[in-house]
Amino acid sequence: MGAEVVAEGAREEVLRRIRAAIGEGSLADAAEIRGEWQALPRNYKRTASLERAAILEMLEDRLRDYDASVVRVKAGEVGAEIARVLAGRGKRRMVAPKGLAEAIGESLPAGFEFVVDDGLTVAELDTFEGVVTASTVAIAETGTIVLQNVPGQGRRAPTLIPDYHLCVVRAEDVVETVPEAMARLAGTAQLATTFVSGPSATADIEMTRIKGVHGPRFLDVILTE
Amino acid sequence: MSGTALDPTTAPKFQVAAKALIGDSQLRKNVRHATKVIQTKRAKVVGEMPDWEDLRESGMQIRQHTMRHLDYYLEQFERNCRAAGGEVHWARNAEEARQIVVGIVQASGAEGKSPTEVIKIKSMTTEEIQLNKALEAAGIHAYETDLAELIIQLGHDQPSHIVVPALHKNRSQIREIFRREMKLPGVDFSNLGGTPQDLADAARRFLREKFLRVKTAVSGANFLIAETGGVCIVESEGNGRMCLTLPETLISVAGIDKVVPTFQDLEVMLQLLPRSATGERMNPYNSIWTGVDKVSPDGPRAFHVVLMDNARTEILADEEARQTLNCIRCGACQNACPVYQQTGGHAYGSVYAGPIGAILTPQLMEMHHAQSLPYASSLCGACYEVCPVKINIPEVLIHLRNKVVKQQSAGLKLLVNPEVMALKAVALVFRSEGVFRVSQKLGRLGELALSRKDGQGVGWIEWLPGMLGGWTRVRDLRVMPKQTFRQWFEQRGKDAPGRRAGDAVEKADGDGR
Repeated sequence: MGAEVVAEGAREEVLRRIRAAIGEGSLADAAEIRGEWQALPRNYKRTASLERAAILEMLEDRLRDYDASVVRVKAGEVGAEIARVLAGRGKRRMVAPKGLAEAIGESLPAGFEFVVDDGLTVAELDTFEGVVTASTVAIAETGTIVLQNVPGQGRRAPTLIPDYHLCVVRAEDVVETVPEAMARLAGTAQLATTFVSGPSATADIEMTRIKGVHGPRFLDVILTE
Repeated sequence: MSGTALDPTTAPKFQVAAKALIGDSQLRKNVRHATKVIQTKRAKVVGEMPDWEDLRESGMQIRQHTMRHLDYYLEQFERNCRAAGGEVHWARNAEEARQIVVGIVQASGAEGKSPTEVIKIKSMTTEEIQLNKALEAAGIHAYETDLAELIIQLGHDQPSHIVVPALHKNRSQIREIFRREMKLPGVDFSNLGGTPQDLADAARRFLREKFLRVKTAVSGANFLIAETGGVCIVESEGNGRMCLTLPETLISVAGIDKVVPTFQDLEVMLQLLPRSATGERMNPYNSIWTGVDKVSPDGPRAFHVVLMDNARTEILADEEARQTLNCIRCGACQNACPVYQQTGGHAYGSVYAGPIGAILTPQLMEMHHAQSLPYASSLCGACYEVCPVKINIPEVLIHLRNKVVKQQSAGLKLLVNPEVMALKAVALVFRSEGVFRVSQKLGRLGELALSRKDGQGVGWIEWLPGMLGGWTRVRDLRVMPKQTFRQWFEQRGKDAPGRRAGDAVEKADGDGR
């Protein structure tokens, strides 16, 4: 590749400069560096401080603060609620990741078209009215839903191109704090991961928050218990 | 502001540029409004975190630890990114980084033909190296896709803030830019509405076609994760996700300072950054990806990271200034700075404006340029207080001022440097009580000719000669009181023998204004 020729020797030169700059820091071995990292202070909140019910309430509150709508249903009612929400939004033709029914534990409702994403092109994705997915983790304190490339959530493009996202969050996947979420994600950290906190937004014009620029402009959340 | 790139090697001195910009009352109004809104939002969401100081401490320590072992973490990142199918390139300086990016873009086209367009995520690192100009020279047009960067690009303007680059423009100015510059076949932008919503909708229409069509993207990076070889990008609009997900080739340009040791460390950064940058509990989108996805076709099939030094190792080598590299580019120091609030970002002559720019820019220039920037501060410390990774900016500013003076005094400049001479004279006066007393008397005599009494009988000086005139050019100076503290102290008790010293002090306090 041309780029390698362009900056020949750059890697060695930059590493040499770093080692000269940091002196003895560069002499430490992996175990010493690991030990030093483990000894870094982490006195911030790393576990939940609220009761379960309060955590779920906080998630609802924070999501609404981002203009997302939230409904709570019991297990067994998810399919029916998906139908109700989509009908309310006037949506019919939806894209769905592989394994969505298994992920939510129920079959998808009749009366709508759920097209499974089997490598749909960008242009094809642009023709859908919305997308329905499950989720990996949700963070109450920040109103964040985390999606990963696993069955029920799928690739990143389908949750990006259509203008509407309906997301199913299981109560057992809700944590209170960011550190709890990162601990749950650590095992699958290499998967493509997207943190979604409300619909796409910008405050670039006079610091006025505007909902919806390029990502989905509308986000609905079904929280199942 | 013209379309001339913000280039510290050619920019005028801060004091000169600032003077001109302070005359632009619309700009000052826009900047004051925006910085005030962000500061209020930040204060609210920071206030709801009882563990904020612990997060800051951890943030600082993680960054310090990373810098202490930067070679180790960069090599670890490189190894893991490569293992996941990403390509890692190294660049000593801006020129090499530009050449690498242009080379990859040219090779990314179908059938060996260079693409003529790329889409870009807002990246201060690519602004730092003026990448767009280099791409343009190679016949490649870069579309900026962040709303603010789009405003800057279409307006032939320059960024004035690291998080909200178009904060110096208001809605009607943006509307004019869009009406004049947005061109899309079949769409008429000339009767565009003027609300922020109208303007964001126009940007959505204008850019969507590019997102769906252009196959090569360029980004910066917020964090490189050594442990996994992953990259994290933090954004709001979804333009980032578009650029990271839809193209076939993605090139991320990152300073070597952007690495964090582990995935877990993001739990600190992803709490500190959004609250400090935009005053949100979390920004709408964070993307984390690792190399290329070989299992399911998710995202680009070619992914390149360019690790760029560009004088960062110089900063690393200066132990007193090394903390500059802790910066996570949140812009909180800009919003909090009383100097930035008055001048806006362009006065700094660099894409890095405000307090962080005042310490980062001259160091990125290896102190050969931007020497006026360490003086663009009153050292009030507001920047240090809001910094999420506790960079002691005033301390570094003083350190750099010292460097500037040393550098200048290394040459003949010492003989004619008025500041050095003045400080030496002050040192001489302070050294001897007698000289001090005499010079106070001389000062009283000297000011007689310059002072003028106002209606209340208070004396004012409106003009001072020579370099002292810098002070009176923008404010009047009160004449010295008739009696010095020493004289009062020696006199106390003599005027009214019955009084105790404490009474006299009370009286003096009452007189003081």
